[in-house]
Amino acid sequence: MKPVITADKAVENIKDGSSLMVGGFMGCGNAFTLVEALLKKGSKGLTLITSDTAFPEVGVGKLISQNRVKNLYATHIGTNPVSGQKMNSGEMDVTLVPQGTFNERIRAKGAGLGGVLTPTGIGTAVEKGKNKLIIEEKEYLLELPLGAQFALIKAEVCDKYGNCFLPMATKNAAVNMAMAADYVVVEAEKIVEPGQMDPEKVTIPGVFISAIVQSTLPASNLQQKP
Amino acid sequence: MDPKELKRVRLIRRIAQELPDGALVNLGIGMPTMVANYIPEGRRILLHSENGFIGLGAAAEKGKEDPRLVNAGGQPVTILPGGCFFDSSMSFAIIRGGHVDYTVLGGLEVDMEGNLANYMIPGKMVPGMGGAMDLVVGAKNVIVAMEHVSKNGAPKILKKCSLPLTACGEVDIIVTDLAFIRVTKKGLVLEEIAEDTTVEEVLKATEAPLHVPGTVRKF
Repeated sequence: MKPVITADKAVENIKDGSSLMVGGFMGCGNAFTLVEALLKKGSKGLTLITSDTAFPEVGVGKLISQNRVKNLYATHIGTNPVSGQKMNSGEMDVTLVPQGTFNERIRAKGAGLGGVLTPTGIGTAVEKGKNKLIIEEKEYLLELPLGAQFALIKAEVCDKYGNCFLPMATKNAAVNMAMAADYVVVEAEKIVEPGQMDPEKVTIPGVFISAIVQSTLPASNLQQKP
Repeated sequence: MDPKELKRVRLIRRIAQELPDGALVNLGIGMPTMVANYIPEGRRILLHSENGFIGLGAAAEKGKEDPRLVNAGGQPVTILPGGCFFDSSMSFAIIRGGHVDYTVLGGLEVDMEGNLANYMIPGKMVPGMGGAMDLVVGAKNVIVAMEHVSKNGAPKILKKCSLPLTACGEVDIIVTDLAFIRVTKKGLVLEEIAEDTTVEEVLKATEAPLHVPGTVRKF
């Protein structure tokens, strides 16, 4: 069985300078309860790996607007103007990664692969500093695995073995992230006993999960962009 | 509708006409999303949403938004019957693996080799590439939807892009408020012009050389 703990306990080891991945896409699928607990804890200088920085007052976006992030790996920051400001001022280091590459780098880490070959980014700024291979006359970039110390995942239902169901468009990068961090916390709206979840409906196998937290800030809290 | 809006609808409608029945299409955020509203009667396309589903439908009704179901811009939407959800690795396997028939996206610059710059103006606008680089490399057909010239009248169809590239040599079709241009191995071919302009006007507004065929249709 995986421990069911409080949000505060789940984030207690995410100290200054830690690296963490947060699942979600434009706030959809962000672990709001865990992000609030991390904000309350006050950790800063974080390396944050997330698909995008949503909006300044939503989910993972708050980690940016409340000055907690020193290094950001993301695919898109345009919907959160604070991210752009901090990048331009030098306050935050931003590495923009094509979204397909972002997901496969994380997946490679979790899946024990040494890297991935992708044609995305050939001939662009993304090529810089990377090895290129030619296979059957086509050029590929060698992209390396990307992991983190922590991952914060949002599920709708999770059983006490950690098997999670992520509905609809909340899956996004979370499936890969759960595989690629040392300590993976899942925030679930509903926590059930083993056997109460249909094995066919498991989005993330429980083997990747370190701890489970009851969600107190569910998906319905997602504020829509004005 | 004001004249500028009318021209925009005309270019969007022209792109919609290009998409065959049954095509799997990804529409970029902004102007390209409007293409879905102008699909000709009797034709059906499947819309792929890069954040994890096929079967993207209309915006969610006010009061009926589901926060678990948003489009790539983060706006609440619906999913059509026959749709399916998946994670990002699957989404980008569909994209990068050549399974998307058409991608329609905006452009800052396109050049005569089919290079596209659309994700960054260094020092000014750095939203990030998101899924654009994968889409342009992976999709079978790439259509760029954009104004023919910038706000200050500068051409956007150039001999060589000056802004950071999204991808090299991948653009197939450029549709603007003035023209429908196909990118070929010979260069850019001016296949059609908007009904309220002339070939001369289009040539003047384009920095890259344009091949003008014997017949130039109007749209």
